[in-house]
Amino acid sequence: MTQTDDFDDLRDLYQEVILDHGRRPRHAVRLEAFDATAKGDNPMCGDRLQVWLKFKTDAIDRVGFEARGCAISVASADLMAETVQGRGKTDTRALFAAFREMARTGACPACDAALTEPLERLAPLAGVHEYPSRVKCATLPWHALIAALDGAKEASSE
Amino acid sequence: MNDMTHPSVFDVARIREDFPILKQTIRGKPLVFLDSAASAQKPRVVIDAMVHAMETQYANIHRGLHWMSERTTEAYEAARDAAATLMNANDRSEIVFTGNSTGAINLLAHSYGRGVLKRGQAVVISDMEHHSNIVPWQLLRDAHGIELRVAPITDAGELDMVAFEALLQDGKVGLVAITHMSNVLGSITPAERIVKIAHAHGAKVMFDGSQAIVHRKIDVRALDCDFYVWTGHKLYGPTGIGVLWGRRELLERMPPFMGGGDMISSVTYEQSTWAAVPHKFEAGTPAILEGIGLKAAIDYVQAIGYDAMAAHEASLTEHALARLAGVEGVRVLGQAQDRGGVISFTMEKAHAHDVATLLDRQGIAVRAGHHCAEPLMRRMHVDSTARASFGVYTTHAEIDALADGLIRVRDFFQ
Repeated sequence: MTQTDDFDDLRDLYQEVILDHGRRPRHAVRLEAFDATAKGDNPMCGDRLQVWLKFKTDAIDRVGFEARGCAISVASADLMAETVQGRGKTDTRALFAAFREMARTGACPACDAALTEPLERLAPLAGVHEYPSRVKCATLPWHALIAALDGAKEASSE
Repeated sequence: MNDMTHPSVFDVARIREDFPILKQTIRGKPLVFLDSAASAQKPRVVIDAMVHAMETQYANIHRGLHWMSERTTEAYEAARDAAATLMNANDRSEIVFTGNSTGAINLLAHSYGRGVLKRGQAVVISDMEHHSNIVPWQLLRDAHGIELRVAPITDAGELDMVAFEALLQDGKVGLVAITHMSNVLGSITPAERIVKIAHAHGAKVMFDGSQAIVHRKIDVRALDCDFYVWTGHKLYGPTGIGVLWGRRELLERMPPFMGGGDMISSVTYEQSTWAAVPHKFEAGTPAILEGIGLKAAIDYVQAIGYDAMAAHEASLTEHALARLAGVEGVRVLGQAQDRGGVISFTMEKAHAHDVATLLDRQGIAVRAGHHCAEPLMRRMHVDSTARASFGVYTTHAEIDALADGLIRVRDFFQ
């Protein structure tokens, strides 16, 4: 049976992009030289992660992270790193707000058109909105990222 | 002998008819509910008892002089009799109703802990406790100068009895507060031996029976323990009602926990005196309807019988362990010799939360996370596990659905 199993019923949340980034994250490294770092912790499920940032003037030059968590949280951290590298700090905060909206509701109709392209990259994670208990898995890396931008050591929980 | 003449044959199909919720489909698939250890489903008799009380006789209890209050008081107090019989308590006054097991342990930690235990004495817990049997004792330690000792467990997930006894050697231990069945590993602790050892060293014993009472006949006189706590909602009863059983002479020595109505004998501004046990510990309007529901739940499990429930569950557990052993990449935590129907496992390449979500997509409800037992997770060297747990209504086919579902999850993550 499993040979012909196409897993269609399991794919709405776990799209190939998520499985791929969850399995082989590209940015899962601790940066040796960094300007900011912060931890994120979801005490309800035990997911833990730390994000390191290297800045170039007012933009995020590099992102690295270490995560112990589910495929959703690791994939989200990796897609986040990929998407915010080279992006200005203010712009990154705006993108976080848009992403959080998308994770909670599945879309961000009121979002700035300038965010369309990066949001599309993050869109494979929009499926979490149907799983209220999993929304935090997707947003935890972002909370750590914003905490690092704010100069905080730890992300405050939602 | 056929089924008709053999009352001990467990007819799970008929049992399932008693639980309205099990007829549901989830995401278009039949519900496979394997999360009873978190909270069990409710049989029709429990639902009906609570609804009937609200529709026909509901009023506040203990003080009313009218027909409705008298009827409701009788129905509520019948739950105390049922709980006393269930546990083979000496006397109904030894049954103190609380909100849940957590409430019962906090009551004990506060009242027995501050009122009877002396600064410098120690409380022993184990390395496989639920947070609700850790944190109240930490609070007591910090507020009252009590030492908190942790009895280790073996890699198999059993209490290390040699190390346990060693913790009691100096005679400072006033109370052993330990699980009777782990909510994570399913391990059943050797209660009689624990009590013998503790008593030999002058310590009292409290068991957290939140899980055990669902799976085993609890006889507090045979166990010879001093306190035993459990909660109604895991025993097919409603949420919001739990039990602290204690030896009467110990309950009488304990000061009140909360003050208020129902727990007093008389009140003046200068001084108040307390009601007799158990009412001394039951301040405020209690969970009346929940008590009535609990009575129905106790009657329900007594009618099925613990022997039949335990045999059914042992068969399910054996089947589940065999099926899970056949799923490559799945590792079951703990191999206790004596265990109940709770199985925690991890899966290679898949995090427990992903496992739970992907099982949920197939209509299978399991729990994932640290199960409110973070120190035990660290002891077993895992961050989180998935957990399948069984109830009277669980079928062998549901275990097969779990195993088949896990094979799909594994293949999905390949």
